[in-house]
Amino acid sequence: MSEVLVLVDHVDGDVRKTTAEMLTAARRLGEPSAVFVGQGYAAAKEELGRHGAAKVYLAEDAVYTDHLVAPVAELLADLVGRVSPAAVLIASTNDGKEIAGRLAIKTSSGLVTDAVDVQAGEGGVTTTQSVFAGNYTVTSQVGTGTPIVTVKPNSIGVEESAATPVEEAVSVEISEAARAARVTARTAKEKSGRPSLAEAAIVVSGGRGTGGDFGPVEAFADALGAAVGASRAAVDAGWYPHSHQVGQTGVSVSPQLYVAAGISGAIQHRAGMQTSKTIVAVNKDAEAPIFELVDYGVVGDLFTVLPQATEKVQEHQG
Amino acid sequence: MNIVVCVKYVPDAQGDRGFESDHTTDREGVDGLLSELDEYAVEEALKIVEAGEGEVTVLTMGPDDAATAIKKSLQMGAHKGVHVLDDAIAGSDSAATSLVLAEAIKKCGEVDLVITGLASTDGVMSVVPAMLAERLGLPQVTFASELTVEGGTVTIRRDNESFSETVEASLPAVVSVTDQINEPRYPSFKGIMAAKKKPVETWSLADLGVDASQVGLGAAWTTVTDTQARPPREAGEVVTDEGEGGAALAQFLADRRLA
Ligand SMILES: Cc1cc2nc3c(=O)[nH]c(=O)nc-3n(C[C@H](O)[C@H](O)[C@H](O)COP(=O)(O)OP(=O)(O)OC[C@H]3O[C@@H](n4cnc5c(N)ncnc54)[C@H](O)[C@@H]3O)c2cc1C
Ligand SMILES: Cc1cc2nc3c(=O)[nH]c(=O)nc-3n(C[C@H](O)[C@H](O)[C@H](O)COP(=O)(O)OP(=O)(O)OC[C@H]3O[C@@H](n4cnc5c(N)ncnc54)[C@H](O)[C@@H]3O)c2cc1C
Repeated sequence: MSEVLVLVDHVDGDVRKTTAEMLTAARRLGEPSAVFVGQGYAAAKEELGRHGAAKVYLAEDAVYTDHLVAPVAELLADLVGRVSPAAVLIASTNDGKEIAGRLAIKTSSGLVTDAVDVQAGEGGVTTTQSVFAGNYTVTSQVGTGTPIVTVKPNSIGVEESAATPVEEAVSVEISEAARAARVTARTAKEKSGRPSLAEAAIVVSGGRGTGGDFGPVEAFADALGAAVGASRAAVDAGWYPHSHQVGQTGVSVSPQLYVAAGISGAIQHRAGMQTSKTIVAVNKDAEAPIFELVDYGVVGDLFTVLPQATEKVQEHQG
Repeated sequence: MNIVVCVKYVPDAQGDRGFESDHTTDREGVDGLLSELDEYAVEEALKIVEAGEGEVTVLTMGPDDAATAIKKSLQMGAHKGVHVLDDAIAGSDSAATSLVLAEAIKKCGEVDLVITGLASTDGVMSVVPAMLAERLGLPQVTFASELTVEGGTVTIRRDNESFSETVEASLPAVVSVTDQINEPRYPSFKGIMAAKKKPVETWSLADLGVDASQVGLGAAWTTVTDTQARPPREAGEVVTDEGEGGAALAQFLADRRLA
């Protein structure tokens, strides 16, 4: 069976859920081999085995983290040359997509980004994308080279399958060109204690309608164990950090439940949340376009509706 | 300082975007425009040149109408335009797009910076900048939310969910910018008048030395096999809050086992 390379998405060994999703998808295509780049493998090891990684390629050299994406693309290109995998799966993050882009050119391989599904098809690997703000579903196949697919977080159901991975340290001579962009400083962001936006099962977002007070949005999110998102209007006003922006130019989410409070539902916002399983909105204006999308909507003031809903949810949880 | 800004002509996101029967983007049914995210790239290039000296060339690859994207950029203040126009290009994937753009950039002569948007608003792949860097053998400093160019070095700030990073590289380099970086200007009346006199060159694949067999739908490394309009969401229930709206919402969530 062919190997399928999965680039592990992690922060210092803290493996993101996307990796388990990609390992699940990889098992449909062949034998999953995780590629772990950077520090912290000890913390990641068990998680990779639990999701069926038969092999782990380990690349712990600092060159991969001191420079932007290019060295990782060189490492993967080398592995692709050596093992001729059935596919390479990479998380659809900014870095992931760029690594995939460089790898595609290096190996003359077709590339699909933001796949929401990956299957073994008759003519090879078949991918599904959700495009044009979620209004179209597109199926693609890679006809040239090794299919390189970036997988959108939260789109593939995780299944466990225990394996004891064989570990192999890999080292590649990284070119001067790949070292040309240098990371000169890196500061970790403060953790909120809430789940990460892209991976959360529930997201509660606030918009201009909050008037800058995210209190009710955060309280409702905490009652539901949700991540907090924001519209661009709220972010631009400085009410919430940009890393929480949901939409075309922010994070794209597809949780089980998305709650939009005080958000009108502009196309650029919808582009980032329209594929959510269940959509709920609270908005003062019955004509707001967001109501065209909802499974349930409340026309009302978020400052009275959200606190009441929070209280009821807490009561229900007893 | 010579800057090339890549600008894409895209179907308006406000319109009813869709596909042709061969699964290429429908460009007839919806008005096109300069991808809004590329306005930030044009603005940043103008700011750099205005603070020193040099020229901003805008480069697009696309059908006849793509000239609209160049025109808007020239009205904003860019100095000249290059339009790569050739029937064989239709249906190109990201790899072929980056090939054509890379060859066009080489033909532009000595270029210090290539600036792009963070993503187009149609394909939204965010891979063309990295592909350009790879093909041109240049460093990439991408997803910049702040940018400075000083003494032959470009330095950017780049954010993701976990980190904020500072990245630097020596020129020439490929830069992509986010919508956090600046506030794009509107074309002034003077700018609109001046744009009419600015030079725009149209290059074919032959001008770039690219063989038609390397681009277009037939040469694509990735093939779209099916496009389906998503069934419209079934209209959900909308209630008006008359004192119990929050409770009703909580009940809806409980019924669906979401809370
Ligand atoms: C290139 C480009 C990219 C963009 N990318 C994004 C993106 O990624 N994400 C994004 O979100 N936007 C994006 N936008 C902006 C987008 O077009 C909208 O401007 C933005 O989404 C509006 O945010 P909003 O819904 O919070 O504000 P508004 O549209 O002003 O809506 C506020 C809503 O709150 C309601 N409201 C007011 N008070 C209350 C109250 N007390 N209780 C309940 N409801 C109340 C109002 O009825 C209204 O519907 C982008 C725009 C461009 C041009
Ligand atoms: C809905 C949809 C889905 C697609 N999916 C795929 C796919 O999975 N795989 C694939 O290989 N191709 C795909 N394509 C084709 C791909 O979008 C085009 O080949 C495109 O030119 C390159 O990708 P992008 O527009 O997404 O660029 P991005 O990488 O998102 O664009 C980043 C920047 O590159 C510059 N740029 C991009 N294209 C041009 C251009 N033509 N002229 C000037 N500057 C430009 C702009 O500065 C832009 O801001 C898709 C197209 C559509 C419409």
